[in-house]
Amino acid sequence: MGDTNLLDYVIQKSGQDVLSCYHCQKCAAGCPVAPFMDIQPNVIHRLLQYGRDDEILKSATIWICAACETCGARCPNDIDIAKVNDALKQYAVREGIKGKEKGMPAMHNAFLSGIEKRGRMHEVSLIRELRMKTGGLFKDMKLGIKMFKLGKLPLFSEKVKNMGEIKKLFEKARRAQ
Amino acid sequence: MTDNGATYSYYPGCSLHGTSREYDASTQAVCAELGIELKELSDWVCCGASSGHSLDETLNIGLPAHTLKLAEKEGMDVAVPCAACYNRLKVAEHALQEKEGVREQMKDLLDYEFQGTVQVLNLVELIKDRVGLEKIRSKVVKPLTGLKVVCYYGCLLVRPAEVTHFDDPEHPRSLDEIMEAVGAEVLNWSYKTECCGGSLSLTRDDIVKGLVDGIVDMAKEAGAQAIVTLCPLCLENLEMRQSDGTYPVFYFTELLGVAFGLKESEHWLKKHLVDSTSLMKSLRLLS
Repeated sequence: MGDTNLLDYVIQKSGQDVLSCYHCQKCAAGCPVAPFMDIQPNVIHRLLQYGRDDEILKSATIWICAACETCGARCPNDIDIAKVNDALKQYAVREGIKGKEKGMPAMHNAFLSGIEKRGRMHEVSLIRELRMKTGGLFKDMKLGIKMFKLGKLPLFSEKVKNMGEIKKLFEKARRAQ
Repeated sequence: MTDNGATYSYYPGCSLHGTSREYDASTQAVCAELGIELKELSDWVCCGASSGHSLDETLNIGLPAHTLKLAEKEGMDVAVPCAACYNRLKVAEHALQEKEGVREQMKDLLDYEFQGTVQVLNLVELIKDRVGLEKIRSKVVKPLTGLKVVCYYGCLLVRPAEVTHFDDPEHPRSLDEIMEAVGAEVLNWSYKTECCGGSLSLTRDDIVKGLVDGIVDMAKEAGAQAIVTLCPLCLENLEMRQSDGTYPVFYFTELLGVAFGLKESEHWLKKHLVDSTSLMKSLRLLS
């Protein structure tokens, strides 16, 4: 699983001292999306300490985290847990690990590929690209039609003028991974 | 500090050019009324939102830093209405100032040496702290008498506190004070900074529906007729995913527009997915 140990990677990428977690579970207790997670936030830290990398990287938890930062605001050890989850997602993506949650990685990919093409997010294009990948093209169709009628879903996308710099930025980011 | 008549670089972000056009229009109209000139930042780029920080650490800082580079070249502080964009721009601003090696990394990435000369401001702090409540009160021609609201700040404006430095991470007051200044009855409630689910909305609406219903139910229990917010993602989720289907949610700038007697206000309110004009008409705040 790559040439870097997951724990070292997370500490280095996130800058967070994950080993200081003593499992008070304040993060899990205050997390608004914890009921939908397969592994509770503090347990992710315990598994990380134990080196049970595979379970973490395939978990739905790392993708379900809404990055609301409630946990980080309350952690007695000042661990920014959402930042730890970012490092875990980035590692999973780098290593091509497919986990239980399929929709969110597909959404993030579609979002960034849109920015790479136009420099800005275009809602209609994002939804189309996402639904092509994940199915359910007619999901939320009623809502979409209503929003279109209200003039809230422009069909044509905006594009930044200096696309050369955006392309360069994405190429350099890819090389840095 | 009061800083009337100032000019700011304006970063609308992608949502305000799409699904949240009424936030863009009401922001510009209200700022003009308050003597703030907003100049849209030329050729601004998407902040990367939650997808940037989820997938790629270089883009996480690089995309918003690109916008900060444009802002430094224009030389004015940046006004940002969207809480999500604000959060990403603040993360980049904070990393450039505080984190070792980031300035050098960004110099390589963006061919630009950051000076740290411009500050990123959310619209709420700009209006409350730089314009001031006194000036807001002086512009009111139609006080929002009889309108009972709760203020919903969401997550991204207030957290992480060491990055955004906004008010209080779990019990903010700024927006409450702005709404009180225009005559609304602002009720206390415990869900000011609860999460709406943010970007989970497109793929995991099952989660978002539960979170949104919890927020709407709590607003009703507090005795509010509507929720006031400042974040386009929050407003979209609250309107699209509520089971009720009739509970109004406003951008704070729309209500400032009504209180300032701006004619365009009704047009903004008609852009909502949930009927927002009936309540205002029943209180004789719209004709």
